[in-house]
Amino acid sequence: MIIVVAFLAIVIVIAAWWLSTQRIMSKPWLEIGFIDELPGVRPPPTKIGLGIFLAVAGVLFALSISAYSMRLQSADWWPLPAPRLLWFNTGLLILAGAALEWTKRQSRHADLDGVRFGLIAAGVFTLAFVIGQLVVWRELVGEGYFLAANPANAFFYLMTGLHMLHVLGGLVALARVTFRAFGSYEGRGERDRLRLGLELCAIYWHFLLVVWLVLFALIAGWAGEFFEICRQALS
Amino acid sequence: MVDVPLGVGGVPPAEVEDVELYHPKSWVTHYVFSQDAKIIAVQYSVTALSIGLVALMLSWLMRVQLAFPGALSFIDADAYYQLITMHGMMMVVYVLTALFLGGFGNYLIPLMLGARDMVFPYANMLSFWFYLLAVVVLFASFAVPGGPTGAGWTLYPPQSITAGTPGLAWGIIMMLVSLMIFIIGFTMGGLNYVVTVLQGRTRGMTLMRMPLTVWGIFTASVMALLAFPALFVGAVMMLFDRLLGTSFFMPEIIEQGARLPYGGGSPILFQHLFWFFGHPEVYIVALPAFGIVSDLISVHARRNIFGYRMMVWAIVAIGALSFVVWAHHMYVSGMNPYFGFFFATTTLIIAIPTAIKVYNWVLTLWRGDIHLTVPMLFALAFIVTFVNGGLTGLFLGNVVVDVPLSDTMFVVAHFHMVMGVAPILVIFGALYHWYPKVTGRLLNVPLGQLHFWVTFLGAYLIFFPMHYLGLMGVPRRYYEMGETAIYPQSAHDLNIFITVTALLVGAAQFAFVFNLIWSLRHGREAGGNPWRACSLEWQTSATPPPHGNFGKELPIVYRWAYDYNVPGAPEDFIPQNQPPLAGEIASRAP
Amino acid sequence: MHVVLVLVLVAIGSVLFHFLSPWWWTPIASNWQYIDDTIIITFWITGVVFVAVLLFMAYCVWRFRHREGHKAAFEPENRRLETGLTVITGLGVAAMLAPGLFVWNHFITVPPDASEIEIVGQQWQWSFRLPGKDGKLGRSSIDSIADDNPLGLDKNDPDGRDDVVVQSEDLHLPIGKPIKVVLRSTDVLHNFYVPEFRAKMDILPGSSTYFWLTPTRTGTFDILCAELCGTGHPYMRGSVVVEEQLSYDVWLDSQQRRMVAQQDGTKGQKGEVEVQQ
Repeated sequence: MIIVVAFLAIVIVIAAWWLSTQRIMSKPWLEIGFIDELPGVRPPPTKIGLGIFLAVAGVLFALSISAYSMRLQSADWWPLPAPRLLWFNTGLLILAGAALEWTKRQSRHADLDGVRFGLIAAGVFTLAFVIGQLVVWRELVGEGYFLAANPANAFFYLMTGLHMLHVLGGLVALARVTFRAFGSYEGRGERDRLRLGLELCAIYWHFLLVVWLVLFALIAGWAGEFFEICRQALS
Repeated sequence: MVDVPLGVGGVPPAEVEDVELYHPKSWVTHYVFSQDAKIIAVQYSVTALSIGLVALMLSWLMRVQLAFPGALSFIDADAYYQLITMHGMMMVVYVLTALFLGGFGNYLIPLMLGARDMVFPYANMLSFWFYLLAVVVLFASFAVPGGPTGAGWTLYPPQSITAGTPGLAWGIIMMLVSLMIFIIGFTMGGLNYVVTVLQGRTRGMTLMRMPLTVWGIFTASVMALLAFPALFVGAVMMLFDRLLGTSFFMPEIIEQGARLPYGGGSPILFQHLFWFFGHPEVYIVALPAFGIVSDLISVHARRNIFGYRMMVWAIVAIGALSFVVWAHHMYVSGMNPYFGFFFATTTLIIAIPTAIKVYNWVLTLWRGDIHLTVPMLFALAFIVTFVNGGLTGLFLGNVVVDVPLSDTMFVVAHFHMVMGVAPILVIFGALYHWYPKVTGRLLNVPLGQLHFWVTFLGAYLIFFPMHYLGLMGVPRRYYEMGETAIYPQSAHDLNIFITVTALLVGAAQFAFVFNLIWSLRHGREAGGNPWRACSLEWQTSATPPPHGNFGKELPIVYRWAYDYNVPGAPEDFIPQNQPPLAGEIASRAP
Repeated sequence: MHVVLVLVLVAIGSVLFHFLSPWWWTPIASNWQYIDDTIIITFWITGVVFVAVLLFMAYCVWRFRHREGHKAAFEPENRRLETGLTVITGLGVAAMLAPGLFVWNHFITVPPDASEIEIVGQQWQWSFRLPGKDGKLGRSSIDSIADDNPLGLDKNDPDGRDDVVVQSEDLHLPIGKPIKVVLRSTDVLHNFYVPEFRAKMDILPGSSTYFWLTPTRTGTFDILCAELCGTGHPYMRGSVVVEEQLSYDVWLDSQQRRMVAQQDGTKGQKGEVEVQQ
């Protein structure tokens, strides 16, 4: 559970930093009158909402990794091989994120064709990632690495599955943004909404990539040494 | 001290234009698939209160069985365990969490902050419908073959998914699925509550001017968002174990003579996940109650809440600390015994901010002008029961003292007092307090006083003596107390006394339900601000507040929410949106 | 003003109940007097706080009740008062925590001369295993469990040869000797709970847990299960008999003889079966 506590500690530090900017030491009963809180432009609520959602999803993955690290210590743990295809899939997810980042730039230049192209590309790469992951599952099942055969397998399917659900959720949002890009693109409001949507998608895709890299590191076994060091440091 | 411009003239024009609201077009989008937080709040509250009544009746059945074993022939051991499981889960998750956050959160956050609505109204609506679906799934488990699960609300594996526990076939699956739906729904609602507090505040409403109710609900929502994933992961893993044969939690075991194909799993892992959610959950229920009760005491004692800053810091500190105390539920679980030192220390440290809150409530009464209204009575009763339950928590949190007391009736008495009775008294107080805002009418007072006295005294008489049964060594979760040499006959008599009191207290709740319904039409007209309170929800353009909450212009906030009996003020309260009075700024300076 | 009266009555009534009611813990039968002492300290500290808060509340409600013309004071905070209360609370908490941690350290440190016994929980009965003359318990595995080997002893482990298995009979313990209780379960969670011993611990399938105690009083005590283990949970009972060393030795000897006789018996039975086939 140390991993999830560490993750939460980071969240709490961020929250504490934010609170410290909110004049939390002030004496409100002395401050009669108007206090303007809007010196700059507030970030849009959806962006804040996404940030908080990422913290929630982060806790979810940190918890599964915590559980993984606890279960790892048991004697019946046989790590399963990391299929090569996972490297390819990782590449696809990186490309999808990069495509969104590029699209975001294009939208700043008001290049609508570029935006449409970039959105489609990101969608295709992401779909390919999902299909790639499914192929990995099939491959592993074909080789006899069944879900229930070993805790390592169970964690592999569980964690990749949870990640994939998050990818699919992202795809729904991406589809909405794409739909919007192909719809009317008139007026400043519409353009701002599209740009915001793109920005949110890009953030989310980077999050998906980071989570995936951590999970991949666990699956590939690089994290084993890390856990070993942690355990020695603790005991 | 900051430089503050004087008077209305000093307020610069708004840089952000007012939000555009979704306007319902038909009756269905107005009242059923509503996106208005106030309607959603009522939907949440009515659903949660109804489940509360069901859970109450389940507890009646349990208590009858405990006092008169075998008196009700349809309660066999299986049924009894199903009753306690459903009672516990319903109350903790589907009533208390849903009512405080979904009900009070939805109603009060936008109104108290001067917002037109939640920031994501559509997600807010979905949140309620997910909640309702979760409730339907939960109740459907009464109808499936084998009935609901009887694993206890803690759902500890292996017992929850092996034979010997009722509901193995379907009940446990429905329970886990229902919890998962609830969590998804809650996440949508929780994001709303948090982002609305961050982004939706009206002009001039700084964080340190928010009423403590909002602070409590806000902190609890953040905690719930971060804690529920642990239950979610645990539920997914247990579903895998149950349905797909994995061994996340399942060690090598023999189920009634047959070796099951599980192996290597860790039951302790589930307990860690469960309590990583379960302990913050206690504070998810408690913090909104803390916030609400602070406001009730302040309004009805006509005095500013004492030590507002300390109260805010204590809420935040409790919220943060509550994530590192979870294993105090596991002192005798067989986990690494050295964890006991750490978790006992953190647990007892959390008592300090909690104690500060109690002192400040009592100090708010000191030199106040106490009106013993029905909400105030409930607030006072909350302090009594919460202090009692909190202090017995110091027994159970102090690792070695927990050893003889864990899993006895002492624990049952403790958590009922501290997170059952105490928060529910706050809920009642809050309903008496805000009902006039929701409906425009006051609840009937004599009926309210009757409800109060029976509920408070009855609940205390139920749970205070129960501690001593636990001290004597009566374990919890026993279908019947049974006979051993250590229980005197008088202990059985006490058991009967508790049951009779419980039946009475339960019956009194129907008086409350009657009051809720009757006052809807026949209650005294309340007017806009019957309690003469400062916070913004009492300053709306109409009562009940219309769609969009406030009139054409959103209110602008000039002061904190606790300006009661300010020296020199013409009235004994100054609303938050009242611009500075003549000479006020100079007179307030330190 | 019945609120004031009730608040005072609740405070005084709770204290009177505490001292006068007949419901109290059972006389202790182990060395964990320390635990009882810590509870008593906690009762005193929390009791004082409870009564103080309630009586102060009652006073406030009476003294500052609403009357015509009465005005509340406007006093947002009082740092000195709040700091003082925080410090006092901190001291009170420390006064409970310090003995608690001290006794816990004692609780989890098994004395080196403790003799081991094993208690096995299964739905819904208790079984016991005592080491023989070698003082060591043999290895066991859940996969070795069979009709003639209910606790799954490893037959190849020399330490386990002379282990005494006690089923559906009382457990006997000698008085005055520290005992390390090793706990094992074959199915679900259980908890070995003898109220007179104060000490208890959950039993986990798949691994073993432990606690230790020294019985200090002879007598027969009921064993309860204190962790929900299915519908039979309240009926999972047993007895433990604490007796003088001499009678304990007699009992252990008889159990050992029974074990030997049983083993011969099962061997004999097997032989008969083979002959019949």
